[in-house]
Amino acid sequence: MIAVSYAWPSILVFAAAALLVVVGALGVIGYKNPVHSALSLIMTLFGVAVAFVAQQADFLAAVQIIVYAGAIVVLFLFVIMFLGVDHKQHVDVEPLIGQRPLAAIGVVLTVGGLIALMAESHWVTGVKSVVTSGTSLQSGTANVHQLGTAVFTTYLFAFEATAALLVIAVVGAVLLARRERSPHEAAASDEVDA
Amino acid sequence: MNVPAAWYLVLAAILFGIGGFGFLTRRSALIMFMCVELMLNAVNLTFVTFARTLGDIGGQATVFFVMVVAAAEVTVGLGIVVAVFRRRTSTSVDELSELKG
Repeated sequence: MIAVSYAWPSILVFAAAALLVVVGALGVIGYKNPVHSALSLIMTLFGVAVAFVAQQADFLAAVQIIVYAGAIVVLFLFVIMFLGVDHKQHVDVEPLIGQRPLAAIGVVLTVGGLIALMAESHWVTGVKSVVTSGTSLQSGTANVHQLGTAVFTTYLFAFEATAALLVIAVVGAVLLARRERSPHEAAASDEVDA
Repeated sequence: MNVPAAWYLVLAAILFGIGGFGFLTRRSALIMFMCVELMLNAVNLTFVTFARTLGDIGGQATVFFVMVVAAAEVTVGLGIVVAVFRRRTSTSVDELSELKG
């Protein structure tokens, strides 16, 4: 027996999630057609949902599928179809000279720095004391119960603030998407009403 | 026993990097929004991983709020894209230079 203390199923689940996430993310930035990018985004979101399930975040995995894959990506697809930009875009043209190499260097530095920083701190946050202050984590249906309790007690103010945020977002979206009617159109519709 | 948290953290870092690269290089506003979603998901994955390792539900509650804010952000952002497209017939951010000083 090799010295691996974690079970094979969890390794397989991680591998599947990692494959979905990375391939989907590369598809998002690689495909020329925005529709294909949006479908790749769904793949990444499913992979993240798998990773959530593997880490006792059952409710968040369900919300991930419902809200992200079910609502946000559909909104993306709707806008793509609505605007009619579902044709191939020129990704070969580089408007700014040297932008891609610079972006690649910056990203590699950022990710390398992140990983080095996390490895330096032994993959934990510095504040271990939050374990005692926060409610401990359980798996299964208790997870939903726990998250609900936390959202409606500890984070109640933030929860109420999100309600206001969503209302503001909806009003803003309606205001932005509303078409200003020309006087001619307004007169025509008034005639129809009358 | 589950796989070490380090694996998920590295995966999240890689996802963040891919999203950041796409955001910096793609010129279509729609694709840039998708890349922002990728980066938000990477951060969510980090939060959930730390929630597991620290045994604290607070990380998952934070992810819940990040999702709400992401939904609001996409709603308003795509509204802006539609409004801009109506005038310019393009979603390329290179052509939006009216605010240049």
